[in-house]
Amino acid sequence: MLKSLRLATMAVLLAFTASLYAASAKTEIIVSAAASLTDAMNELIAAYQKVKPDITVTPTYGSSGSLQKQIEQGAPADLFASASPKQMNELEKEGLLLEGTRRNFAENKVVLIVPAGAKGISAFTDAATDKVKQIALGEPTSVPVGQYAEQVFTSLNILGKVKAKAIYAKDVRQVLSYVEMGEVDAGVVYATDAAISKKVTVAAIAPEGTHKPVIYPAAVIKDSRHPDAAKGFLKWLSSSPEAGKILVKYGFAIAK
Amino acid sequence: MDLSQIDWTPLEISFRTSVVATLIAFVLGVTAARLVLGLRGRVQAVLDGFFTLPMVLPPTVLGFFLLVIFGRNSPIGRLLMDIGIRIIFSWEATVIAASVVAFPLIYRTVRASFEQIDPTVIQAARTLGIPEILIFLRIMIPMAWPGAAAGTILGFARALGEFGATLMIAGNIPGKTQTIPISIFFAAEGGNMQLALLWVLIIVAISFSVVIAMNLCGRRKG
Repeated sequence: MLKSLRLATMAVLLAFTASLYAASAKTEIIVSAAASLTDAMNELIAAYQKVKPDITVTPTYGSSGSLQKQIEQGAPADLFASASPKQMNELEKEGLLLEGTRRNFAENKVVLIVPAGAKGISAFTDAATDKVKQIALGEPTSVPVGQYAEQVFTSLNILGKVKAKAIYAKDVRQVLSYVEMGEVDAGVVYATDAAISKKVTVAAIAPEGTHKPVIYPAAVIKDSRHPDAAKGFLKWLSSSPEAGKILVKYGFAIAK
Repeated sequence: MDLSQIDWTPLEISFRTSVVATLIAFVLGVTAARLVLGLRGRVQAVLDGFFTLPMVLPPTVLGFFLLVIFGRNSPIGRLLMDIGIRIIFSWEATVIAASVVAFPLIYRTVRASFEQIDPTVIQAARTLGIPEILIFLRIMIPMAWPGAAAGTILGFARALGEFGATLMIAGNIPGKTQTIPISIFFAAEGGNMQLALLWVLIIVAISFSVVIAMNLCGRRKG
């Protein structure tokens, strides 16, 4: 009696586990997206799930440099969306992208932010003065917004002065939270990040020509296990009107 | 890799931070051990639990609490700002984070060493009329020394390796708060694997020497 009870229990557990596995056999694609895309991408994915309910899109966010590193080390991403062409170029050079799938889908602006209500700072050049004792920047070797910030400060000839007061963050959202906390006097983020936070104010927009255009490319990874599903999502992301509306809602510009 | 181009400040920062933090953790650890020794029952258990807590909590939890305590939005943080002291994103924050993680290690080993002291020696000293403070300084500490030294060295190693809480309250400021563990993280993130490996080897070498020193200290224990 006891032996058959044990066998029955094992059979039920096995069947249950198998059913779980079967349920998760739905197509899942992993999107590695730049941290600045967090909120927009979450809404884009929710909208796409309504269009294509049989595909699960799972996002993972981080600085474009970290994500690039992860993909190089074999992370199972199907699609990569970075905040700068630099990381995409490196992956392309290493032959890790699926040919013909790369396209630009959004653009952004670089802004100087201060804690909400802080006064006195109104231009990027103020970063070199005593008005800013500490400024948060993205780590330039791995965070695109950090690279753009360096370009701006170099164009304004104040990079050295600014670097002496810089604290480096691992991605743009960390820069944002440092400024929100009020622990730094200013930070450089994208216009889209400033837009989602009520605790920061935009002090200045980077003047034209002080940095390379902030272009967001996306591409399917060559080793993707579901390239067609990934290509489908990328096509929707870069050309459908609903995707465009969501991007614009968060402050992105549609790539030309 | 061009060794002359490397920023060696993390080595100096980590060293300064760990030494100062270990000293602070030692003083506090020894005091706490003596305090807890004299207590009994539930009070002793609760206080012991509180002192041991930083050892079992994830460093990010510690970082969170320190941020809440010393940040701009707390009464303590604001008080310090009023007298001109800024903790968050300063070198002092690296010392605070490192002290907090080293403290429980020193506290526990010192307390264990104190408990191993033959109580009749202490009682004899009391019957001779020696004041408690001298019993503590001239009898208890010297007798607990080998165990306490091992614990202190362990605390130093922990302080040296502290990353999570340090990153949260001190941040990554090259030349000011960028310790060796923080350098390793950002070097790896930025793709500079050679630089990351260099720092990894340095810290492995230091930690290995520390462990050997600890074992030698322990062996001298009567």
